[in-house]
Amino acid sequence: MAETRIQGRIWVLTLPDGRLYDDIDTDMIFHNRYLAITEVAKMGQYALDNLKGWEDFAKKAQPGDIVLTGKNFGAGSSRQQAVDCFRALGIGAIVAESYGAIYKRNAINSGFPIISLPDLTRIHEQFKTGDQLEVDLGTGRLILNGQNTFQGEPFSKVQMDIYQAGDLFAYGKTLEKD
Amino acid sequence: MGKTIIEKIIQAHSDEPVAPGKIVWMGLDVRSARDFGGANVVKNYKANYGDTPVADVGRTFFTFDCVVPANNIPYAVNQHLARRWATSQGIQVYDVNAGIGSHVMIEKGLALPGGTVVGTDSHLNILGAIGTFGQGMGDQDIAFAFKAGKTWFEVPPTMKVTVKGDLHYPCTPKDLTLAVLRVLGASGALGKAIEFYGPAVEALDLPGRITLSSMVTEMGGIVGLIPASKAVLDYCRKRSGRADLHGVYADPDAAYVEEVFVDITNLEPLIACPPKPDNVKTVREVAGLRVDSVFIGSCTNGRWEDLRLVADLVRAHGKKIQPWVMASIVPATHEVWEQILRDGTLQTLFDAGFVISNAGCGGCAAGQIGMTGDKEVQVSTGNRNFAGKQGPGDTYLASPLVAAWAALAGEITVPKA
Repeated sequence: MAETRIQGRIWVLTLPDGRLYDDIDTDMIFHNRYLAITEVAKMGQYALDNLKGWEDFAKKAQPGDIVLTGKNFGAGSSRQQAVDCFRALGIGAIVAESYGAIYKRNAINSGFPIISLPDLTRIHEQFKTGDQLEVDLGTGRLILNGQNTFQGEPFSKVQMDIYQAGDLFAYGKTLEKD
Repeated sequence: MGKTIIEKIIQAHSDEPVAPGKIVWMGLDVRSARDFGGANVVKNYKANYGDTPVADVGRTFFTFDCVVPANNIPYAVNQHLARRWATSQGIQVYDVNAGIGSHVMIEKGLALPGGTVVGTDSHLNILGAIGTFGQGMGDQDIAFAFKAGKTWFEVPPTMKVTVKGDLHYPCTPKDLTLAVLRVLGASGALGKAIEFYGPAVEALDLPGRITLSSMVTEMGGIVGLIPASKAVLDYCRKRSGRADLHGVYADPDAAYVEEVFVDITNLEPLIACPPKPDNVKTVREVAGLRVDSVFIGSCTNGRWEDLRLVADLVRAHGKKIQPWVMASIVPATHEVWEQILRDGTLQTLFDAGFVISNAGCGGCAAGQIGMTGDKEVQVSTGNRNFAGKQGPGDTYLASPLVAAWAALAGEITVPKA
């Protein structure tokens, strides 16, 4: 069984004025000039390098870190690289108010944990870059610095099944055995 | 309780009861990949399924449209990797001369009203224009679809968008589309299917419907479905050779999660200002801005009818583009390219000073044409103007008329009738 509780240091993706970034599209996450790259290991270095103020994210992030962001994260294109670049960096999870539909699928299918926290815009000031966050994927419960708890959306059944299997392909193979 | 269009389409492709929010397995009529993502689809497929055949070679296609022909070695390598693998599998490739995959699928009768189509193009939901559930997906998803012929899908709730009023020249379907985007914003349809209604929508021809459905992605929507008109059905019947084709329509008592009205009475030409497609203003508000380049094309506005509008404007005013403007045109497909070649449109555009390329996506994909330099002001008929997407310049999204007029005038202005 894969770990359903994830703990890590958070990066809160904010604008220079302190507001939470909304509508971060896939060109800001992984710009189309790198799309010829097909090896996941080479993708991490470009994560967020077209997002103003966060160009050096890949250099600062550590494996296990958790990214917090606003509404409609991963809007735009269907590129898998926009998920894979975080996997390449070893990012533990992404917590956003909401996601672009294709981005959400891509993350689920690659077994990469993403959690929606519908109230995040209103309460984001409680979260500071460097804080510790624990995320329970099964219940959607988040615990900040071991104290405050928040209720996000738990994994759906398909999301948990794919996550436990590893990815969509591994999950597909479990279906064949039935 | 009745069903919406998307619920009916998914139900017709699933053994499980369909309801909004439910995740069901859905059969896929067409599974495709383009040159972006295509090589990764092959890689994922080979890693997981080895040399075994795809589920149904007759329903599986490659459509190369992003960087066509490849203008650098990595793309050439990726395209040829996909091309060779397709050949080994017996999969048909609509190659670098074919044009934008989603449009090719409509022209070739592969995408049909009521059908399900997936591919690596995030604007594949453009197929909502003919009442098809098209969906862009990532390369793992598509590799899985190639093999399984089905995928899981969370049935989206449906919102109903009714457009009130009629469309009048110089407003075009693009202005109607931007008017809807102005109301909904970038996440107004997030996670939802849209159904479009109203006399102005019903009156749209196929290219106009394509324009409207193409920007549902920019509204955050899953797909924007336009109930198929008789003209659309006739077109699809002819192209597919399927005389028995029918449209899929919502039940009168279908449940909508939200209903939105967009009034286009007294609409004037609109323009989406950088850096977001939903940053919509009237052309009048930004009039006078000097323009460095113009791009006319894309899956949103690269049809013959779009290019014909441009040619008519050029002829009516007997003008050439201003010497400081770099204006380029990319027809959506090979068929459109042939049409403008044969009916004189190409000559008119050439004489006016436009650069005209082979069919494809052009600048949206940092492809062959339409990239910008620092501080460059570009008017584009495309669908995205996110910061840095087409380059460091500022991209304004507008109709073919507004874009053409900007090329002729050298600045953004309201087109003269």
